[in-house]
Amino acid sequence: MDADRIISMEAVDKYFGNFRALHDINLEVSRRERIVLCGPSGSGKSTLIRCINQIEHHDKGRIIFDGMEVGAHTKGLDKVRREIGMVFQSFNLFPHLTVLENCMLAPMKVRGIAKPAAAALAREHLEQVRIPEQADKYPGQLSGGQQQRVAIARALCMQPKVMLFDEPTSALDPEMVKEVLETMIGLAENDMTMLCVTHEMGFARSVAHRVIFMDQGEIVEEAPPEEFFAHPASERGRVFLGQILRQ
Amino acid sequence: MIRQFGPTEAWFIIAAVRWTLLLSAIAFIGGGIAGLGVALARTAPVAWLRLAATGYIQLFQGTPLLMQLFLVFFGSTMLGSGVDPLVAAAIALTLNAAAFLGEIWRGCIQAIPTGQWEAATALGLRHLARMRYVILPQAGKIAIAPTVGFLVLLVKSTSLASIIGFVELTRAGQIINNVTFRPFLVFGLVAIIYFVLCWPLSRLSQMLEQRFGTVRR
Ligand SMILES: Nc1ncnc2c1ncn2[C@@H]1O[C@H](COP(=O)(O)OP(=O)(O)OP(=O)(O)O)[C@@H](O)[C@H]1O
Ligand SMILES: [Mg+2]
Repeated sequence: MDADRIISMEAVDKYFGNFRALHDINLEVSRRERIVLCGPSGSGKSTLIRCINQIEHHDKGRIIFDGMEVGAHTKGLDKVRREIGMVFQSFNLFPHLTVLENCMLAPMKVRGIAKPAAAALAREHLEQVRIPEQADKYPGQLSGGQQQRVAIARALCMQPKVMLFDEPTSALDPEMVKEVLETMIGLAENDMTMLCVTHEMGFARSVAHRVIFMDQGEIVEEAPPEEFFAHPASERGRVFLGQILRQ
Repeated sequence: MIRQFGPTEAWFIIAAVRWTLLLSAIAFIGGGIAGLGVALARTAPVAWLRLAATGYIQLFQGTPLLMQLFLVFFGSTMLGSGVDPLVAAAIALTLNAAAFLGEIWRGCIQAIPTGQWEAATALGLRHLARMRYVILPQAGKIAIAPTVGFLVLLVKSTSLASIIGFVELTRAGQIINNVTFRPFLVFGLVAIIYFVLCWPLSRLSQMLEQRFGTVRR
């Protein structure tokens, strides 16, 4: 096994009932690699990254995270999940906890870190996403962009080996997109391994090593961003780029 | 011999309120503790737990409370030990309340948006920790109003315990009516007392509904 490999997906299929959401997905991700996933709505991008931390269970093929195979019947999936940070389109902060408590919960209850140390860790990462002053507010009191940065900080507090992002900016008002993208670029500069579902082409160009284009549950093509955006190899890729450029 | 309905008779009825309240309190607390177990079993990742809890709920929601009272009361009498009507009523009402509260709370647990479950899962929280720190605190808030609403029903349900001879409010009314033959006066008073107990709770439930009725996002 390649020691630098962090994720590998081999011939993965995923069904929702009779509907095949993923088909024959083969993907290898190295440590410190940054990948952007794009494709039309319903193409299976979310499903793919949700299979990596087994929020969705795949039906066929193998998914190996950091040397451990994961699946519906894996014992101790929580041990794998704690190594994988995830950021959702709709933030999913815990509304009954303050920003600081949101960030402290998993370090304390999953990693068993003592409260003062968890608070210090939380403050450090809130600093990193540049909202230390919001620590004692509740999520409902923050703007969307602030909430998403808290969600990133919450994931970072688990010191994950990989960060998964599922359209982290698409629920945001345009003026807030930038602050979240800047935070993510900051992570890239710190060599975080990232898989990012996004249609932000500027972001893809500046941080991604590879762009993966999906359609109808399949990986249609993959290429470095400059190449994919300039000369998509597939017809479906061209149609897709035409659509997002027109917006 | 017919007695007049005087202050002594009225007081006999009013004093019986404490038994109604005691029975309600036991059934509510006991049913609350057991009901939490039922709600957790109903939403557990373990299939047989869910099945068992579903069966329990259907059994107790699908049969009249009066039959449950009879079964506990006469059942324990048949087993030899003549059981105290309070104990029998408390057991039956507790089991019944557990089923209803369990079902109410299951609904509240499942009303929490899936994103909350997913975020907690993605952080590596296991089922019980996820319930305890993420889901239940939010579900508890939306559970308050329907739970108080159920308490109103429960207080009124305790009147059925009169049939197995437990002297709570309704039974006290029957006793006085048997010696005064003033049913309208006697049961009018009994009804007013129930109303005085239940009306504030109903109002409270409505107020809480307005305050906590929706999930804050
Ligand atoms: N829980 C589910 N049950 C049934 N079908 C589902 C479920 N989740 C996703 N799907 C279906 O699987 C397909 C892939 O969904 P997925 O969410 O992965 O797409 P996506 O590429 O992320 O799309 P979008 O850009 O709209 O987020 C879609 O057709 C969707 O309707
Ligand atoms: Mg999606």
